[in-house]
Amino acid sequence: MSIGKYIKDVFSGLWSLVVGLKRTLYYFTHHKEIITEQYPETKPVLPERFKGEVVMPHDEKNEHRCTGCTACELACPNGTIKVITKFDITPEGKKKKAIDKLVYRLELCTMCNLCIEACPSDAIKMAQTFEHSVYDRSQLNKVLNNPGSKIMDGVE
Amino acid sequence: MIEESFTTAEGDLVINVGPQHPATHGVLHLVITLNGETIKKVEPHLGYIHRSIEKMSESLTYRQFIYVTSRMDYLSAHINNHACALCVEKGLQIEVPGRAQSIRIIMDELTRIASHELWWGAMSMDLGAFTPFFHAFREREVINEIMEETCGARLTMNYMVPGGVMADIHPNFQRRVKDFITLYKKKIHEYDELITGNIIFQNRMKNVGYLSSEDAIAYGVTGPAGRGSGVSCDVRKHSPYEIYDKLEFDEVLETAGDSFARYLVRIREMNQSVRIIEQLIDNIPDGDFQAKTKAVLKLPKGEFYQRVETARGELGVYIVSEGGTTPYRIKYRSPGFSNLSALDHMARGSKLGDLVAMMGTLDLVIPDIDR
Repeated sequence: MSIGKYIKDVFSGLWSLVVGLKRTLYYFTHHKEIITEQYPETKPVLPERFKGEVVMPHDEKNEHRCTGCTACELACPNGTIKVITKFDITPEGKKKKAIDKLVYRLELCTMCNLCIEACPSDAIKMAQTFEHSVYDRSQLNKVLNNPGSKIMDGVE
Repeated sequence: MIEESFTTAEGDLVINVGPQHPATHGVLHLVITLNGETIKKVEPHLGYIHRSIEKMSESLTYRQFIYVTSRMDYLSAHINNHACALCVEKGLQIEVPGRAQSIRIIMDELTRIASHELWWGAMSMDLGAFTPFFHAFREREVINEIMEETCGARLTMNYMVPGGVMADIHPNFQRRVKDFITLYKKKIHEYDELITGNIIFQNRMKNVGYLSSEDAIAYGVTGPAGRGSGVSCDVRKHSPYEIYDKLEFDEVLETAGDSFARYLVRIREMNQSVRIIEQLIDNIPDGDFQAKTKAVLKLPKGEFYQRVETARGELGVYIVSEGGTTPYRIKYRSPGFSNLSALDHMARGSKLGDLVAMMGTLDLVIPDIDR
């Protein structure tokens, strides 16, 4: 290696470090471009499609849309959902299938959205919650239908 | 295998890197035989994150098994799901609507950029540069937000279903992707200023981990690692799926075969991905986002194979069907496994400190290697 090339290499090497440091100094002096979020103080607003957990919406009369068809249970790859059905007696004296409990185990759920796709009556949907930590794992087993709730009129 | 590594010459040192080591990015275990500081042999030991995904897939239906593949190469989850969806569609002979095809490709390329950005940050951090990680995550966060808005999740989306995509794109999707491209073009030169041109970085990368094109073919090295050795192995060019044959993009090739060549391939591939997205983002055709499929999918009896180009190389999905609702056998040909097998050949004779550069430029994702 000739001495001229050696000196050239040294200076081009030093110059490459200066170029990198210029970029670092730019961000050192431009505080407005900082992108970090102060998480526990300011909570992020998640988009409406975010898959946080499965919930069953109830209306003001404490009625849901679930018929107990177990389509969600069959669609689930992990056995997260368990539909326990019972038979109601209608005013006409006929037996009618209805859900007793829709058990949802959050610890098994991978938020793959397949149950919501499978549901024929839009009874369940994804909620935008994301802080799922609890002190005991039994608290992760949830019953999605409210106590005393019944099916909406007109949903078959 | 383990016994063999101990029958070394007098004065040799056998050390373990991993399974818990910050440079291996996961539970990779390397047993390294050293003579002084020179590497004599590298033996990867696998099995620390084996979840038997192939066996699990055999008990799940053709709609259900796709979500598991997001957990293989979690940085290109979309592309894994895409491969499975394509393979099932091939068996069922479903015609995917044009809108779904365009959305799928945009998502794939966004995933590729996000994956390469994470690789760039993580690899720079391996080599001692700390801030590039934050620069990379700044742009990657924008992609993650786009994914969150349209697919509902940031990493394991499960957005591809047999017949199309799970939901239509969000109304903001096109605007936000265009915003991202503008941001990307404004910021990409920072990558070169910070790292590519840096003399310390170049000296650590050039002539390190040399892999000739013959060896790359022999070990089955694909993806940016193979293209860094001059092997033309881009599945998008050689057996185009979806509408890749109608798109204009270049296969990035470098012939040097060292770590720096593999680095350059990935940096340039991001630009090609942006080029693909630019062609598609304004021309998403109208129509359905999902083809009409039966409620229960049953593949006909036979064998089906589909390969795609993930951010790490060629992923193959091989399904053997007996005609039922679940596959009889599933085999994934993951790019990481083959790429890792070349590490021993690359590392022999080089110094221990260079091993990090080699592992960094192979872009190893351990759950993909182990499945």
